[in-house]
Amino acid sequence: MSETESADLEQFRNETRAWLEANCPPEMRKPATSDADVFWGGRNAKFSSEPQRIWFERMRDKGWTVPDWPKEYGGGGLNAAEHKVLRSEMAKMGARPPLSSFGIWMLGPALLKYGNEAQKKEHLPKIAAGEIRWCQGYSEPNAGSDLASLQTRAESDGDDFVITGSKIWTSYANYADWIFCLVRTDPTAKKHDGISFILFDMTSKGVTTKPILLISGYSPFCETFFDGVRVPKSHVVGTINRGWDVAKYLLQHERAMISGMGERGVGRPLGQIAADSVGTDAQGKLDDSMLRGRIATFDVDEAALAACAERAVDLAKAGQAHPAFSSAMKYYGTELNKRRYEILMSAGGVDALEWESERSRQGARPRAWLRTKANSIEGGTSEVMLGIVAKRILDLPGA
Amino acid sequence: MALVLTEEQSMLRDSARGLISDKAPVSHLRHLRDSKDPTGFSKELWHSFAEMGFAGLLVPEEFGGSGLGFMEAGVVMEEIGRTLMPSPFLATSVVAASALNGGGNAAQKSEYLPKIASGSLLATLAIDEGAKHRPLQTNLQAVRAGNGFRLSGAKALVVDGHVADLLIVAARTAGSAGERDGLTMFLVNPAAKGVSIERTIMVDAHNAARIELANVEVTADSVLGEVDQAAHLLDGVLDIGRGAVAAEMVGLSDEVFNRTVEYLKSRKQFGKLIGEFQALQHRAAELYVDIEITRAATIKALQALDADVAKAASAVAVAKARAGTTATRAVQEGVQMHGGMGMTDQFDIGFFMKRARVCEELFGDANYHTEQLARARGY
Repeated sequence: MSETESADLEQFRNETRAWLEANCPPEMRKPATSDADVFWGGRNAKFSSEPQRIWFERMRDKGWTVPDWPKEYGGGGLNAAEHKVLRSEMAKMGARPPLSSFGIWMLGPALLKYGNEAQKKEHLPKIAAGEIRWCQGYSEPNAGSDLASLQTRAESDGDDFVITGSKIWTSYANYADWIFCLVRTDPTAKKHDGISFILFDMTSKGVTTKPILLISGYSPFCETFFDGVRVPKSHVVGTINRGWDVAKYLLQHERAMISGMGERGVGRPLGQIAADSVGTDAQGKLDDSMLRGRIATFDVDEAALAACAERAVDLAKAGQAHPAFSSAMKYYGTELNKRRYEILMSAGGVDALEWESERSRQGARPRAWLRTKANSIEGGTSEVMLGIVAKRILDLPGA
Repeated sequence: MALVLTEEQSMLRDSARGLISDKAPVSHLRHLRDSKDPTGFSKELWHSFAEMGFAGLLVPEEFGGSGLGFMEAGVVMEEIGRTLMPSPFLATSVVAASALNGGGNAAQKSEYLPKIASGSLLATLAIDEGAKHRPLQTNLQAVRAGNGFRLSGAKALVVDGHVADLLIVAARTAGSAGERDGLTMFLVNPAAKGVSIERTIMVDAHNAARIELANVEVTADSVLGEVDQAAHLLDGVLDIGRGAVAAEMVGLSDEVFNRTVEYLKSRKQFGKLIGEFQALQHRAAELYVDIEITRAATIKALQALDADVAKAASAVAVAKARAGTTATRAVQEGVQMHGGMGMTDQFDIGFFMKRARVCEELFGDANYHTEQLARARGY
């Protein structure tokens, strides 16, 4: 990096810090602790507080709900180095993301790479502005780890496809405005070759959703049914029957997102949280030496993973990243997050078992613990991730 | 700072790799071991290291060195780890050079640093006394005698101790074992009266020695840094050594892993390549992920050392702890997946297992560094 470049970046850092200081409400500078703290956008979106609204609108107006997207699509137009600076300044301040969205994390990157100009102009600005909330139609009852065996069919009828079938584990489908969906457009082709990636409105005739009650007691996922849903062929992203390319590219982003789901480096150290319930000895050490060791080992691994996530971004920027590396990160990040919650449950003891009391914030900890068990299943199981690493990165035979 | 090598660092890696893989493949270590080489490393290769500017890599340019940073030292260490080359680079060029540069006065620097850079002086830090690395437990006594001090006590795992021209000895001038105050570093001539050195042939066939000091007299000029206040200097020097050993372990792990993956692709049993078995595929994939994460943590630590040695402790603890567990896993999987071949001396894999075990003890094992992180985080 030349000296002028780094001077420019330093100036950007100072300006960014000052802007965040002036514009991020104090209430938005602590970690989200409940679903209401997360703003997802969409046609029916409601803000849970005034600071949440102010923070979202200010960031949206600056294009910083999607800092690295081009300005013409509602983004902030930041380059990779500037984006890293913004992220690190937000992290230092503890600033929450102003908008959470599958449109930002998953569909956006896929549209930027595979969408045509009309699709980008139509959809990206509405994602950036939080106007449309998206859901993902990938898994089916008989197509989980073996996603490419999906059977939801889209039959050609003039300028339209007519879609019939069902999806499962569709996150927040009951709140979503639009869906990005994998459908089989050629049932005679080999399983990877007859799939298309298509977008449609969830209010279309023939779409119904049914929430699934999970072990956490929450229903973040739905079953989604399509009964003759009519969708213009112009809503296909990329080439018809080549949807698997788009699907795989999007999955890389999904896996990167899920691997980052843990609350890395945010808030108090895990050992201190544990001390609240376990107590400390005369030297101030956690009064359970085995648990203390587990936590310290967790902390080592978590810090190392954070360095690896940072390096993954730097490698991508330098053009040295392996495209399947997100599978490696997804595997480790999700297993680590499960470890975090096993530790939190062990540290919490009896207090972490209450399910409905005010005291326990309606069982926030045990419900979150149970939620993490999905981390190593959703977006590709740990076993599938290891298979991808073995095959695509290590080039091991067979499988 | 991006956690990737710069163009200059990549060039440095390529030239180090070129020299080391050409002149010092694992067979070089095997030859030194089998011939019971009295020096324990190749003087000729060390001469090449000096000519290429590696011996004085961390020595400032005003003292004839290359004036590079810890990232660059890590790049060289990683390459050393790939072939297990015995080299004075760690003890002399990384640890001793950092101690002299960080704690030395003008006279000490100008006397020793140019000689390190030219490859004509070997130096080493004598720190450990017990079975485990516990720097604050230092109990080698240094008492004032006339204008100087008199040193008595024993040190173990002194890398290159039997060939060093200069010993940098951590001693206690006040307080008692366990205390931070009262530590002092001394420059000791190994030929001085009262110094006895026993070369200890180690499991990994790399150099180490036990050193005993019996009423060894040194002048006040031999103090490196401040009397009683060496803990801070020592922390930094040890963290630099830890970062370097972590880098060596990343190179070692990566190499043993690559060799193992190649074996999985060539060995057939039950009519199949064993790499087709999912049980082995998943274990190999997990190990790959472990190594990549440890590599990132190590780069992070080396960059933290370059930014400010005094603020790098947590990043270094993470790196050395991870490097320990990762290398241990890598060599065990390496031997296991090579089956009976992995158990033979004829096969190189065992050398990696042995070196990993020594690296794990050098400057604190994974347990030690995990404990340090817990303390730093206040629980």
